[in-house]
Amino acid sequence: MKIRTWLSLSSIALLLSLSSLAKAEWGVNMTEGVTEISQSIYDLHMLIFWICVAIGVVVFGVMFYVMFKHRKSKGAVAAQFDESVTLEWLWTVIPTIILIAMAVPATKTLVEMYDASDAQVDIKITGYQWKWQYDYLGEDVSFFSNLSTSRDAVYNKEEKGENYLLEVDKEVVIPTGQKVRFLITSNDVIHAWWVPEFAVKKDAIPGYVNESWVNVPVGQEGIYRGQCAELCGVDHGFMPIVVRAVSQADYATWLDEQRAEKEAAALAALGDYSFDELMTTGAEVYAGRCAACHGQNGEGMGSMFPPMVGSDIVLNDVEKHIDILINGVAGSAMQSFAEQLTDVEIAAVITYERNAWGNDTGDIVTPRDIIDARQ
Amino acid sequence: MATSSYYVPESSRLPIFTSIGLICMAAGAAGMINHISSGTEGWAFPHFVFFTGALIVAAVLYNWFGMVIKESMGGLYSQQMDRSFRWGMGWFIFSEVMFFAAFFGALFYVRQWAGPWLGGSGDKGVSHMLWPDFIYQWPMFNNPAGADLPGPNAIIDPWHIPLLNTILLISSSVTITFAHHALRTMQRGRVIFWLAFTVILGAVFVYYQILEYVEAYRDLGLTLASGIYGSTFFMLTGFHGAHVTIGAIILFVMWIRIVKGHFTPDQHFGFEAAAWYWHFVDMVWIGLFFFVYII
Amino acid sequence: MTTTTAAHDDHGHHGPAKGIMRWVLTTNHKDIGTMYLWFSFIMLLTGGVMALIIRAELFQPGMQLIEPEFFNQMTTMHGLIMVFGAIMPAFVGLANWMVPMMVGAPDMALPRMNNLSFWILPFAFGMLLLTLFSEAGAPNFGWTFYAPLSTTYAPSSVTYFIFGVHLMGISSIMGAINIVATILNMRAPGMTYMKMPLFVWTWFITAYLLIAVMPVLAGVVTMMLMDIHFGTSFFNAAGGGDPVLFQHLFWFFGHPEVYIMILPAFGIVSHIIPTFSRKPLFGYSSMVYATASIAFLSFIVWAHHMFTVGLPLVTELFFMYATMVIAIPTGVKVFNWVSTMFQGSLTFETPMLFAIAFVILFTIGGFSGLMLAIAPADFQYHDTYFVVAHFHYVLVPGALFAIIAGVYFWLPKWCGNYYDEFLGKLHFWLSFIGVNITFFPMHFIGLAGMPRRIPDYALQFADFNAVASVGAFIFGFSQLLFLYIVIKTIRSGKQATPEVWEGADGLEWTLPSPAPYHSFSEPPQVK
Ligand code: HEA
Ligand code: HEA
Ligand code: HEC
Ligand code: CUA
Ligand SMILES: [Cu+2]
Repeated sequence: MKIRTWLSLSSIALLLSLSSLAKAEWGVNMTEGVTEISQSIYDLHMLIFWICVAIGVVVFGVMFYVMFKHRKSKGAVAAQFDESVTLEWLWTVIPTIILIAMAVPATKTLVEMYDASDAQVDIKITGYQWKWQYDYLGEDVSFFSNLSTSRDAVYNKEEKGENYLLEVDKEVVIPTGQKVRFLITSNDVIHAWWVPEFAVKKDAIPGYVNESWVNVPVGQEGIYRGQCAELCGVDHGFMPIVVRAVSQADYATWLDEQRAEKEAAALAALGDYSFDELMTTGAEVYAGRCAACHGQNGEGMGSMFPPMVGSDIVLNDVEKHIDILINGVAGSAMQSFAEQLTDVEIAAVITYERNAWGNDTGDIVTPRDIIDARQ
Repeated sequence: MATSSYYVPESSRLPIFTSIGLICMAAGAAGMINHISSGTEGWAFPHFVFFTGALIVAAVLYNWFGMVIKESMGGLYSQQMDRSFRWGMGWFIFSEVMFFAAFFGALFYVRQWAGPWLGGSGDKGVSHMLWPDFIYQWPMFNNPAGADLPGPNAIIDPWHIPLLNTILLISSSVTITFAHHALRTMQRGRVIFWLAFTVILGAVFVYYQILEYVEAYRDLGLTLASGIYGSTFFMLTGFHGAHVTIGAIILFVMWIRIVKGHFTPDQHFGFEAAAWYWHFVDMVWIGLFFFVYII
Repeated sequence: MTTTTAAHDDHGHHGPAKGIMRWVLTTNHKDIGTMYLWFSFIMLLTGGVMALIIRAELFQPGMQLIEPEFFNQMTTMHGLIMVFGAIMPAFVGLANWMVPMMVGAPDMALPRMNNLSFWILPFAFGMLLLTLFSEAGAPNFGWTFYAPLSTTYAPSSVTYFIFGVHLMGISSIMGAINIVATILNMRAPGMTYMKMPLFVWTWFITAYLLIAVMPVLAGVVTMMLMDIHFGTSFFNAAGGGDPVLFQHLFWFFGHPEVYIMILPAFGIVSHIIPTFSRKPLFGYSSMVYATASIAFLSFIVWAHHMFTVGLPLVTELFFMYATMVIAIPTGVKVFNWVSTMFQGSLTFETPMLFAIAFVILFTIGGFSGLMLAIAPADFQYHDTYFVVAHFHYVLVPGALFAIIAGVYFWLPKWCGNYYDEFLGKLHFWLSFIGVNITFFPMHFIGLAGMPRRIPDYALQFADFNAVASVGAFIFGFSQLLFLYIVIKTIRSGKQATPEVWEGADGLEWTLPSPAPYHSFSEPPQVK
């Protein structure tokens, strides 16, 4: 008796905790998302899930019944039948019908997902090791978006924030109530652009362009987070996606701001910078953009990523140094930073590399040098 | 002649030597290739490993086949054993077919899908925005990357060397059949003649194939590195050429065995296996001639 | 052992040679089977240790133990070693032991080649493992090695990896040819195809899958080699190739490959369940047809791994429908097993426990497979831990449990002693609980959005990851118990009868336990 009550009490407790799991904020189930497509995918997911549960209950139910009733220890004597054509037909035909019932809504949803026509906004998304570039086609707006969580947080030297690993230095902004088409490609290896709330996941294939689209309903303005979903090298786990959906009016304002900023940066390059200013900026840029491959202290990483400390190019060859930053090294992970960094930033990081960690060359590279080199 | 129960050989040294030889070849080849690619020092060791491995494998093969021949001549093999060899060889050839299928698959895929997409048509035609200057055509004289990765200037004319080679290989399939018939009717002189003829046809084929490659590299700018046309062209014809070479060597060994008087009219599986292989190589060529050269 | 050997030795052979050379030089199917099984177990521990490293790092958010670069190497090597080193060789080992006995043959059809097939493997895996200690590090591009991460952007150890794959391919093809030849050609008189035991049938079909797809794998790694070192453009759009071409070729191999890892498991379970239900297998012929259908379908579903690469719509639909169809023949199998148990006289020895767990947990894995097959939904599941949960359910309590069940089932036949039933059951319960604690929560974190192949994750996934890691250690360490049980059984234990199990049926049970060195020197007659 005692054991019985214990058992039933604990199973009730288990059930309760399971159901609270289901409600918990951090989720045990697929998100319903915010778009029509994501909603129909969620419905599809739940439909198949419940069908599987039902089949499971029947199949496992029979099994458990058999395991309790037809035991030898309970004196069960084995029957000797080994065939039943009717039954075998039945369990071929019924699953077939069930499968067709699943295939119909699945096909419908898929056809919708594939229809990227009539988009009002076109954004070209390019995957890089390990960041995303966003190009607003026809708008003259283009920028890169990097992980902004600090390495110290990753290495547990610093408190992890709420959006640990899911935050970036510059969000991609889209308008609500409009069909936004994504043209997804890559600059190096395969990545995948995934935002669960939109149910958009598409591989970024170097040399090819994949289409996908989203239409965030008006009223669903907000921040949506996702991650790269295809193994793309060391920092595959560290290339998040953050989308800010804003009203159409805010979107227009934002576009204007972006253009203004770009002009300001070009102007800034013409100014004068002291060694200390360059070093400070350079240290920031280095930590944010270069350290992932070349190490926190320029020590390099494995045999694939050369150290900056004691590098011949860094110590001796200024021109080559500038050239590598602007053009990258073809066929390697060392990409061109011409588009990713402003002239000031490039000048600063070069100056920094040439003077940090005992690379005391005393060289100063100015933004003007970069402007010249770009020509 | 044949025993009734199944022959289970005693333990043998040959397999383990083969494994050692193979691993030496694999590790050596990997080391060699890495050194060639990166141009680093220390190339001598991998070469040494590779060639040692190759020597071991060659020695083992010689002994292994020698042993099988001896056992076969010694009448240790039953009819059943003979069938095991047949099934084994048959399915081995099937696996070779699948190997070529991978390369043919790549060729079809590129021509049917990837190429047109890059050129702006089909389901993924938007990809054209990355290669605005690229126009798709096959043979692909211009690659998407344009000047950075130049395509071939010209391609091999199918109606010269390739046509000749087609005739050579088809004839060789016929001559080996003559040899087989002769073997079945125990006309040794004719077997020796037709088989020798077949081997020579194979050798001439390989010779012309080499000429063709020289022409491609020297005059046409058609190389492994000239884009997907060159890649598929050389991989398909190259692996085929390698198979012809191996097939011809096997046939040559069979020729020696016949000269030594090894086969009988109703027991000559070694010869038949070689002939099957040769027909397979021939069939692959016909596929190549159509899909690589002509169309 | 010596007496039985001598009694069955009418070829004038002596029994096994002594010492290590017995194993190195052997042409005997039992010796080779034993070596395959031990090799596979060592690989299971090696790959398992890597899994435990992965799980230890994922125990908490943040990087604690290893660097991301090493994490990727662990993921890659874990997948490769488990698939090619643990599961496949284990099945080949079981086939070596059991197929000749089941069809009434003295040995495998091509015994020397058999030895070669085996001995290639330790060398090939030795080479692969050595790359861990090389300067460039081991392969780090996932067991699916997608180009161009595995070509242009790969560490130099990729060249060794490529040649290693070639060697494994050679070994598998030779092993498969051997099994095909044995089954086609060495069946005892009277054993028609439709009288062959199911383990033989499933391996027969598996062998064809191997012969058909391993060469394609060899082809695709050769293309990689050429792209990396000789300037070809197979997977490079700049020269007119396509990285997605790699995936088509890989999965043309890869999908049949996963059935290679499950069909022999179906065979094993189809022996164990009837034995302990004391009842003939329900629907023998539909089992055979279902296996053949699964094998056939496996060639036309590969692109379900590529739903998000941007396939044209019709392609996507075709592969979705074709994949869904596989549920039907697989369902037939599950229903047949349940019907076999129905109105049986069941006992629950260790092999039966593992077999029942197989049926239930594999079916759960199959259900999640079916969910993945629904293309629109796969846009949300793809490359998340939901997929990891799916395939571990079909591989660990699927393939691996079936292997373990088979070992317990046949161990008395192999070494003449019964294993310790209490320890066996203990092993079962530890494994069963451990496996579910490890892999069930992965469904949740996957659905909640955690991508796979990442060394660090956002905070909301922390709790379930911790649970999974604990489970992994329980499951992993339980396998040491398995090792202990097997060694103990080899050394001592209750003497087994020829029949071993009360409900056993088949030629293999007519041989004495332990089985003689050359199984059937005179072919038995099958009625
Ligand atoms: C033993 C190995 C094994 C087996 C047997 C299976 C079986 C199946 N798998 Fe799985 N799969 C893998 C190993 C395996 N898989 C691996 C390793 C990967 C990942 C590879 C990687 O990316 O690294 C993978 C990935 C994978 C994907 C890609 C996911 C992604 O990356 O996005 C898909 C998608 O369709 C899929 C589907 C299926 C299906 C439909 C089955 C079916 O065969 C299942 C059929 C069984 C059942 C359905 C249950 C029993 C049936 C019934 C009780 C009948 C009634 C049921 C119904 C009508 C619903 N699998
Ligand atoms: C084929 C079979 C197979 C098997 C049996 C397993 C077994 C396990 N797998 Fe594996 N797994 C794969 C196949 C398999 N896996 C594949 C194909 C992938 C994909 C790889 C990729 O993405 O490329 C994968 C990926 C994978 C991941 C995802 C990694 C990632 O995405 O980054 C994880 C994470 O938890 C995981 C965990 C485990 C665990 C905990 C086990 C446990 O079952 C392991 C149990 C542990 C042991 C059996 C070890 C016992 C040893 C000891 C206790 C130590 C003894 C020590 C000495 C004797 C010295 N696996
Ligand atoms: C994605 C990885 C990655 C990032 C990020 C990266 N690099 Fe590199 N870098 C490389 C690789 C790989 C090479 C080696 C290229 C080669 O020679 O093959 C390299 C080479 C270099 C070299 C030449 C070193 C030598 O001795 O040959 C310099 C200088 C350099 N990088 C500077 C930078 C700077 C500055 C940044 C940041 C603004 C940066 N890198 C960011 C991967 C990266
Ligand atoms: Cu980019 Cu993963
Ligand atoms: Cu699959």
